[in-house]
Amino acid sequence: MIEMKDVWKAYPNGVMAVNGIDIHIEKGEFVYIVGPSGAGKSTFIKLMHREVKPTKGKILIEGIDITKLRNRHVPKVRRKLGVVFQDFKLLPKLTVYENVAFALEVIEEHPRYIRKRVMDVLDLVKLKHKARSLPDELSGGEQQRISIARSIVNNPLVVIADEPTGNLDPENAWGIMEILEEINESGTTIVMATHNKDIVNTMKKRVIAIEGGMVVRDEQRGEYGYEA
Amino acid sequence: MSVMSREVNTVMKLRTLGRHGKEGIKNLGRNGWMTFASISAVTVALILVGLFLSVMLNLNKIASEIENNVEVRVYVDRTASQADQQQLKEKLEKVKDVKSINYQSRKEGLNNLIDSMGDDGDVFASLKKENPLPDAFILKTEKPKQTLTVANTVKRYPHVSEVRYGKGTVEKLFKFVDIARNIGVVLIIGLLFTSIFLIANTIKLTIVARRKEIEIMKLVGATNSFVRWPYFIEGLLLGVLGSIIPIVLVTLGYREIYLRFSGKFESFFIELVPYNTMSFYLSLLLLLIGAVIGVWGSVSSVRKFLKV
Repeated sequence: MIEMKDVWKAYPNGVMAVNGIDIHIEKGEFVYIVGPSGAGKSTFIKLMHREVKPTKGKILIEGIDITKLRNRHVPKVRRKLGVVFQDFKLLPKLTVYENVAFALEVIEEHPRYIRKRVMDVLDLVKLKHKARSLPDELSGGEQQRISIARSIVNNPLVVIADEPTGNLDPENAWGIMEILEEINESGTTIVMATHNKDIVNTMKKRVIAIEGGMVVRDEQRGEYGYEA
Repeated sequence: MSVMSREVNTVMKLRTLGRHGKEGIKNLGRNGWMTFASISAVTVALILVGLFLSVMLNLNKIASEIENNVEVRVYVDRTASQADQQQLKEKLEKVKDVKSINYQSRKEGLNNLIDSMGDDGDVFASLKKENPLPDAFILKTEKPKQTLTVANTVKRYPHVSEVRYGKGTVEKLFKFVDIARNIGVVLIIGLLFTSIFLIANTIKLTIVARRKEIEIMKLVGATNSFVRWPYFIEGLLLGVLGSIIPIVLVTLGYREIYLRFSGKFESFFIELVPYNTMSFYLSLLLLLIGAVIGVWGSVSSVRKFLKV
């Protein structure tokens, strides 16, 4: 479902972030992207939702080559993806409910559907009772759950998470993993870049290790493989 | 089914438009002082533009009136007979660049003169008994600038006593109007760009604060036009609000000037553009210009932030 064929990315400042990556991710998989800092994980994630374009190579999502996509067709692909960030990226002036509903308003869903769907998703991340709070009134773990709720509210095929537990304490981190696993069990593919050794080693999922912009290891039921 | 979905689509678009409108208005309030600054910039620029416009519209009118009135008067020798005059007319008709020939008898000439003087014309009434004016052919040329060559050609014809074509003054007037027009255009364009720049910058300041919002919108799959719409409306409102004071000031001011001076220049063959016409066009133009610079300034400042 997600395919990268000989993908290269050089930034204008000369940094070679990705140097010839070939991977194939099936529908419903749960994949960890691991590797030392500066290995190219973030670029890899950004390539997947076309925040950056590769200098060379093909990236296929459901058979569509997103590198060839015209700018005005990019939104259509993004609507099939949900993105979760380390720093949550919530809008501080909007309530929890509004932050999640925002993703559906932007794609012009019907208000009645939005109301129902947002409450369902908030229920899934167990924050229905905080619907009217502002993000600042929530803990980091809760904020990340809101951001996950926003990423899945439009029923994406893939959730792409860039170090979603990076800013959280272990307890909250595990809470996030539980939710992501639940989402994965319902059939959504999950690609998660992480530095968290415990999580990777405990969950026993596919692990893709990136170093120097290349895939150096790709194992089913893999281990983190680095010192934490 | 397809009809149904199309209907749903239209309804959704209207609703979305409502959302954009609400967002646009909300933004105006949210950025209170910036909004005020932008509107003031538009207001100042448009007042000046309005002033220049009213001067230029009048200049244009005067220029085109002069152009239409430029003519060569060929006065006929008083001793010329009917047959001589007929001969002369035929010769005149063959001159290059002549568009039309009108014969004005000495009697008509005097009457026209008296009429054109208005009340003062009575002074000449006594001349009716012994008319000093000669008969004349009035030639019009294809282009005003051809009067000179035509006049020079005609001057040498038999039975022509005198040729007049407003030597010198016409050329000077044209030059003056041309220069004034160019200066006006340059100034107006300069002013417009300044205010677009001001609006763009003011809005850019507010957008920097909203950059995160745009980024998130783009990441969850908002189209560029969806992001742009509220800014479009915000700019439109800024421009329209900014044009209100200039419209009121300039139209009232013009009315004052028009009432005070209209008719005063008639003896120079100059008439101001009527008040009603002027206020209509000025209001329309200022409103339009305001809207365009508002939208332009606003939308151009979002562009940079859409590349997510």
